[in-house]
Amino acid sequence: MADARFGLDRKITLPGPLALDGGGVLAPVEIAYESYGTLNADGSNAILLCHALTGDQYVASTHPITGKPGWWTRMVGPGKPIDTNRYCVICPNVVGSCMGSSGPESLGPDGKPFAMRFPVITIRDMVRAQALLLDHLGIEALYAVVGGSMGGMQALTWAATYPTRVRAALVIASTARHSAQNIAFHEVGRQAIMADPNWRGGDYYHDGQAPDAGLAVARMAAHITYLSEHGLTEKFGRRLQDRSAKTFGFDADFQVESYLRYQGLSFTGRFDANSYLYITRAMDYFDLAEDHGGHLANAFRGSATRFCAVSFDTDWLYPTSESRNIVHALNAGGAPVSFMELSAPFGHDSFLLDVPELDRVVDGFLTAGGL
Amino acid sequence: MTLRPDLAIIAREIAPGSRVLDVGCGDGALMAALRDQKQADARGMELDRDNVTACVARGLSVIQGNADTDLADYPDAAFDYAILSQTLQTTMRPDLVLDQLLRIGRMAFVSFPNFAQWRIRMALMFGGTMPVTKQLPARWYDTPNIHHVTIDDFRKYIAERGIRIEGQWFLRGEKLISAGAANLRAEHAVFLLTR
Repeated sequence: MADARFGLDRKITLPGPLALDGGGVLAPVEIAYESYGTLNADGSNAILLCHALTGDQYVASTHPITGKPGWWTRMVGPGKPIDTNRYCVICPNVVGSCMGSSGPESLGPDGKPFAMRFPVITIRDMVRAQALLLDHLGIEALYAVVGGSMGGMQALTWAATYPTRVRAALVIASTARHSAQNIAFHEVGRQAIMADPNWRGGDYYHDGQAPDAGLAVARMAAHITYLSEHGLTEKFGRRLQDRSAKTFGFDADFQVESYLRYQGLSFTGRFDANSYLYITRAMDYFDLAEDHGGHLANAFRGSATRFCAVSFDTDWLYPTSESRNIVHALNAGGAPVSFMELSAPFGHDSFLLDVPELDRVVDGFLTAGGL
Repeated sequence: MTLRPDLAIIAREIAPGSRVLDVGCGDGALMAALRDQKQADARGMELDRDNVTACVARGLSVIQGNADTDLADYPDAAFDYAILSQTLQTTMRPDLVLDQLLRIGRMAFVSFPNFAQWRIRMALMFGGTMPVTKQLPARWYDTPNIHHVTIDDFRKYIAERGIRIEGQWFLRGEKLISAGAANLRAEHAVFLLTR
């Protein structure tokens, strides 16, 4: 008989309460998730996949809003590096997000959307919510936790918070703390949203007049940080958009402008502005060392978890130095760790794109766990 | 798979269950042997990305890094053995790398090609050009070996620094040879050092 807890487009409401780092409590806790593959009899083949800031649980299935393929179909599926013939892959939507898990769009106790009454959450809160989900699914320990970017922050936090529940952690294009530059870019995005007259302190759900212009600008600014200068130059250069000469106006003369506008606009169709505020805040608050007496090594001391950190040479959002910082701490803590900087032209987004070397590393590292 | 002769010596000498750091671990052949035959907790560092990827794919914990700059990241006495096989002569500052090895490991294995072996001397003396041999196949302009060293140079340096030699092995081809006139006869040397 099929277990209704597993499969595509699942959603569970757990009673909680989830005690939050900020002092509040979340109850109940809604978690939307998908699973791929089958959990084996002793529950030893579960891989938790953690998504990035604007990602979601639709990792390898069609996105219900955009109709596009899942965000990591190149990596997850039968015969893929994260092989769903071998592993049971669980991908939950993070709390604070807008794809079915508890977030500002969810209804509060008064039946109205929380909006800005939703508690400020942290990466560790996201992880604790995921732990509740695993309890519900009957998964005691993870074969591996895998994540890129903000997903990597969750993977690190998993290993630090529940060391006995994580056998391996794969951290891709990520960091153990948000830098001043990271925070600065996020603040630009948040201010763009909050400056939109439609934002109205976050209360915009009732009339459908969402702060789309502000959210689009936030996305445009962020999108630049996901690419490399070389990638932008190669893709767009100074080429003009559907015209032979400059218009001496403020239309999208350049292809790169047109592209960013499209990216911004299409993002507003699938993402909630308040969720963007909450999740970027969670990332800015992330500093794993701070939670461990200021020493990152303490977060992993004596850990039996196998780690692998991967960075990309063109990623200036979470550059190689951030991964090295993680590796340094893991070494100091004596944890088994591998690290490599891969070469790819796509900047931070490389972890989502066609980088065959990443496939080899992911496959090799996971297989080495000896399922 | 057969290990390179210097690695075979190191693999034989290492005590079972040791914690080992292999600096310049290549494709991980020695680490895999130590893990499988000596139940060692082996970690590696390697410059070449393809080698690192290959190591990870065989289940080894290897960090992409540079012996000259990245050894400083390891805590003191974190390992029973630090190994530097055929890498010393490629580093920017072999002296500082040796210091790091002996700080990180209780003991250090160091192996290197002997630049004073008679064939090399002959080539230089009669050819008048930088020797290209089976052991040192690169030419002067593309060699990674930027600090050629002889067995006598090495011994002298070790003595000056008060480093103790716990063991030494000399190779001609695949064959272990005696220590007599090793500086003239040996193609490779392996030293086990401690502070």
